[in-house]
This record gives sequence, C-alpha cells and structure tokens, in this order.
Amino acid sequence: MLELIVYGVVLGSIIALGSIGLTLIWGITDLFNCAHGDQITVGAYIALLFVSLFSRIGFLQAKVGPFSFNWGVLLAFIPAIIISVGLAIFIEHWVYKPLRNTGAHFITSFIASVGVAWVLRGLIYMIWGAEFHFYTSGLRPMIFLPQGIKLRVDEIFIVIVAWAAVAAVYLFMSKAKMGKALRALADNPELARISGINTQRMIDWAWGLAGTLIAIAGVLYGIETQLRPEMGWIFLLPLFAAIILGGKGSITGALAGGLILGIAQQVSTAWLSPTYKPAVAFIIMILFLLFRPKGIFGKG
Amino acid sequence: MNTAAIAGILNFLVSFAIMASIYAIFTMGLNVHWGYTGLLNFGIAGFFALGAYTSALVTSPMPTGMMANYVKQAFGLNLPFLVGVAAAALISGLIALPVGLLTLRLNEGYLAIATLGIAESIRIFFNNESWLANGPQGLIGIPQPLCTLVPPGYYNYIYLVIVLIFLAAIYVALERGIRSPWGRVLRAIREDEVMSGANGKNVFFFKLQSLILGAMIMGIAGALYAHFSAAIQPGVFEPLFGTFIIWAMLTLGGTGNNKGAILGAFIVWALWSWSTFFILKIVPAGFQTRAPFIRYILIGLLLVVVVLKRPKGIIGEERHVSKF
Repeated sequence: MLELIVYGVVLGSIIALGSIGLTLIWGITDLFNCAHGDQITVGAYIALLFVSLFSRIGFLQAKVGPFSFNWGVLLAFIPAIIISVGLAIFIEHWVYKPLRNTGAHFITSFIASVGVAWVLRGLIYMIWGAEFHFYTSGLRPMIFLPQGIKLRVDEIFIVIVAWAAVAAVYLFMSKAKMGKALRALADNPELARISGINTQRMIDWAWGLAGTLIAIAGVLYGIETQLRPEMGWIFLLPLFAAIILGGKGSITGALAGGLILGIAQQVSTAWLSPTYKPAVAFIIMILFLLFRPKGIFGKG
Repeated sequence: MNTAAIAGILNFLVSFAIMASIYAIFTMGLNVHWGYTGLLNFGIAGFFALGAYTSALVTSPMPTGMMANYVKQAFGLNLPFLVGVAAAALISGLIALPVGLLTLRLNEGYLAIATLGIAESIRIFFNNESWLANGPQGLIGIPQPLCTLVPPGYYNYIYLVIVLIFLAAIYVALERGIRSPWGRVLRAIREDEVMSGANGKNVFFFKLQSLILGAMIMGIAGALYAHFSAAIQPGVFEPLFGTFIIWAMLTLGGTGNNKGAILGAFIVWALWSWSTFFILKIVPAGFQTRAPFIRYILIGLLLVVVVLKRPKGIIGEERHVSKF
C-alpha cells in the first residue's frame, strides 16, 4: 500500500506540474484551454529538435548526475521555453484576444482552443511523424527505497521540479506586484482595469508564465515516458480533472487535486485492473464535486 | 472514364454520404442539447458507444461453434434491426437520466465534466470487460438490415436510403419540436434560466427532457454506425472522434439550426475524408505517410476562422422560429 501511495505521489506531481499553467489561464482569462495538452507536446518536440542539434557537441553528451538524460536535454529546456512562450502569446493575440473583445461565450473560446489543438497536433504529425521518439537511449537507472519501493531516478527529479514550480508560482502570485495584479485581474477584470492595471499586458504575462510551465512539463513528460504526437492530448483529461478538483485558478488546489487523483489512481490498482485508472479519477472527481462544487480551495 | 472508375467514385460517394448523414444525426442530437437548451454535453462518444454496442448485442445472434471460442458477449438476442435501434435509443436515454438528475441542478459546467468522465468510463468499461462485448477486439459481423435484397456490392445504396429516412424523420420531428411551445421553453431556458423559472416553467424538468431526447438521438446514430460498419471496437469511441469532431460540425454549420447542423456535418466529414485523397496526389513520395495528418490542420484552422469571423456558424440560428 505504501508503495502504491509513493507511486501515486509521483503521478500526482506530474499531473500537478502539467495543470498549473492550465488553471492559471482558466482563472485569469476564463479560457478552459483545450490546446494546453498539445502545447505541452510542442514543448517536448522543440526540446527534441535541440537535443538532436546538440548531439554534435561532445561535452553535452555526458549524463547529468545519476539521471538518464544528458546535459543536452537540460540545455534544451531553454529554447523549448522561449518557443513555447512565443507560441502561447501568438495564439493569444490571434485567437483568444479577438474572441474576448467580441464578448464571446466561454464555450466559443473553448471550441476555438480545440481548433488550435488540432492545428498544433497536425503540425507535429507532419514534421516528426507518428512514431515514438526518445531524448536519450540506454537504461533508465532505478533507485531502491526501503519497503521494496522501486523508483526511476528521473522520477525523483520530476517530483522535485514539480513541487519547486508550484512553490515558485505560488510565491510569485502572493508576493510579487505582478502576481497581485494578476490575481486582481482574475478576481474582477473591470475593477482591475479601472484601478489602472493594463489588463492585456497582464494577460500576456500570464500566457508567458503558462508557456514556461507548459515547456517544462513537456520536456519532463518526455523524459518520463517517450515522445509521441498524442502525448499531450491524452494527458489533458487528468489535467482537467485536477484543476476542477483544485478550484478555478488555484495553484495549490492544482497540486492538491493532482495528488488526490494520482494517489487514488495508483491505490485503486490494489483492487481494480490498472486500465481502470482514468475512470477512477473521473468518478472521484464527480463525487467530490457533488459535495464541494467549488473545488478544494475554491472560493465561495 | 470507364464504367469501373465511375462505379468506384459512386461507391466512395455513397459511403461518404452514409457516414456524413450518421454524423449529421449526432450533430442534431448535440443541437438539442447545446443549440436549443444550452446544455454542455462533452460525452457524445459515450452515447455513441452505448448506442452502437446496445444495437449490436440486441440484433446479433450468440456466437456458436468455433466463433464462440473467439467472441465473448454477454448476450445476443438476434432481434430485428429496428428493435436494436429502439433499444439503443432507450439505453442511451436511461443512462442520461441519472446523469441529468445529478448534475442539472448545478452550474452548467458540471454536466460537461460529468458527461466527459462518463463517456471515458464507458469506453474503458467496454475495453476491459471482455465478457460483455469481447473487450478490445470488439464485435464483428453485426447484422445489416435488408442485406439479402441485393448483391453485397450494392448494399450501401440500400443502407443510404435507410440512414436518410432516419435523418429526415429526426429532422422533421426536431423542427416541429423547436417550433412548438415546448421548443420555445427550451430556448427561453437557454437565454435566461431565472426568467423562465419566474414565468412558472420547471427549468430542471425541461432540461432533463432535453438531455434525454438528445442522448436518445445520439444512441440512434450510434446504432446506425454499428450496422453500417458491421464491426465496432472501443477504440472508435475516443473523445476526438466521438465528441469534439461533432462539436466542430455544429459550431461550423450553425448552433441552434438543424439545417446548419446537417451542413456542418457534411462539410467537416468531406474535409476529413476527401483531403487525404487530394493531398496524396500533390505531396512528394517520401511524405505520403504523414500527409493524411494535414486534415487536423485544415479542420482546426477552419474551426478557428469560423469562430472568429462567423461566430454564429455558416447558417446561424433563425431569429423567429415560430409563426406566432
């Protein structure tokens, strides 16, 4: 049981990392971004492009500490983040901003984001094909903990990065001036505007932050499993579940929601077939919502 | 052009028209939910699967002999096609009932989440429970109605007529429904729930009726799909195909308009099934395996452009649906 809980924490941290950017945008712009998963895929593939460019540089081929990936993968985070941020702001300016300005229903923006998701996935299929890709070949080292718990060393890295990202975004939102302005915008856009906050600039910053988190999640997800064009799309359903559990716009809620879903899914394998994991996640979410409709940390 | 080529093109067009008409029925079902009543159903794939599996199990015989070793199914009633379609509608409606009872009193987003979750759970259930409908391999040899009338090569013509009869009947029924006082209440609820309630309408009960009616239409479409393809597996009912493509069809064609729903289904399905055909002729040989994925880009771009430039869809909702 302890073993399953540990695996659940790992899975939950991965879900949480993927969902912070999603809940941030949901809170600030009311957009339930269906392209989030495919933006994660784009981040992962951009890093792949740079990993293969870096493969000519000898000293980057050394493995980082005990992990399975090399320094090239670590360095590829930077271009992946830059391009992911650029893409997020580009989409915001060409799709979501014009829609917001016409006062479109939130479902209209949601459907537009489905269209964006298809375009991104189509591009990835066209450029890289449908086959699986890996950042680095070779064995993935394991670590043996007491109680017979086996983890991949990479997974410890992922858990640490996920929690650090949650902490950093949480501190930014609660302490930094920009973070406070973003929260004001999420709370009441009209009031934020007449208080002198440049709302469009703030929304661009929110997309920048989301784009950064998206790229980090994409590369880590690529390290954890493998790269394929559907990776982000399949990942999207647990992310939706986590942010709905956590409450709209809540960073800590996304972490808590991710952990609850991750642990529940892994622990359920003690009684149910592992293929039922996604269904377990949804049934927990539906039951939870009947009793706490605003999410764990939701207001009201 | 020789006769073989013409026959090939005709065959292609007929099977295109069958699939597009089945999708048009789904889109009209979604139009009842979203277009008329403002209900967010993101679980179309679930009702699709329920309809298809119910009708398949009701109409096919229990496997015997060698087949019994390979195909496991909970029951096979060997009943006529129309009974299967009716059962598909009934089961879809019965599943929609508790979903509606639980979520329709809450904020609009809950129905979206609940239906999304239930659709995914239904797919996983059919995938895992091999005793029910043969698990991931799915069911094959689903009986086709009136298939003894003509040689198999011409069967699609008969099936097209059957599907068109269903399409026309559902269209006429929905058009009459939306122009009736009942339909006006649904539209009033969509526009302003509180006001409709203040006018003495039981908002919850009307929403429940709309949810069940739309789900039944989707169940019928699922059954029509099962008897056309004659083989179904859980993989068919993934959210991309079962749910979001139908949302794209309705948004493109025109939310709140049944003609728009049908038009949207035909346009999106034409793009989806024909684009490969043309693209394969223009791309270089080494690129052929990747070319079909350009469909995602085309449909995605079209969806974004329509949402931005024609937010009401190609044929928007009529302002006045009733003469009075």
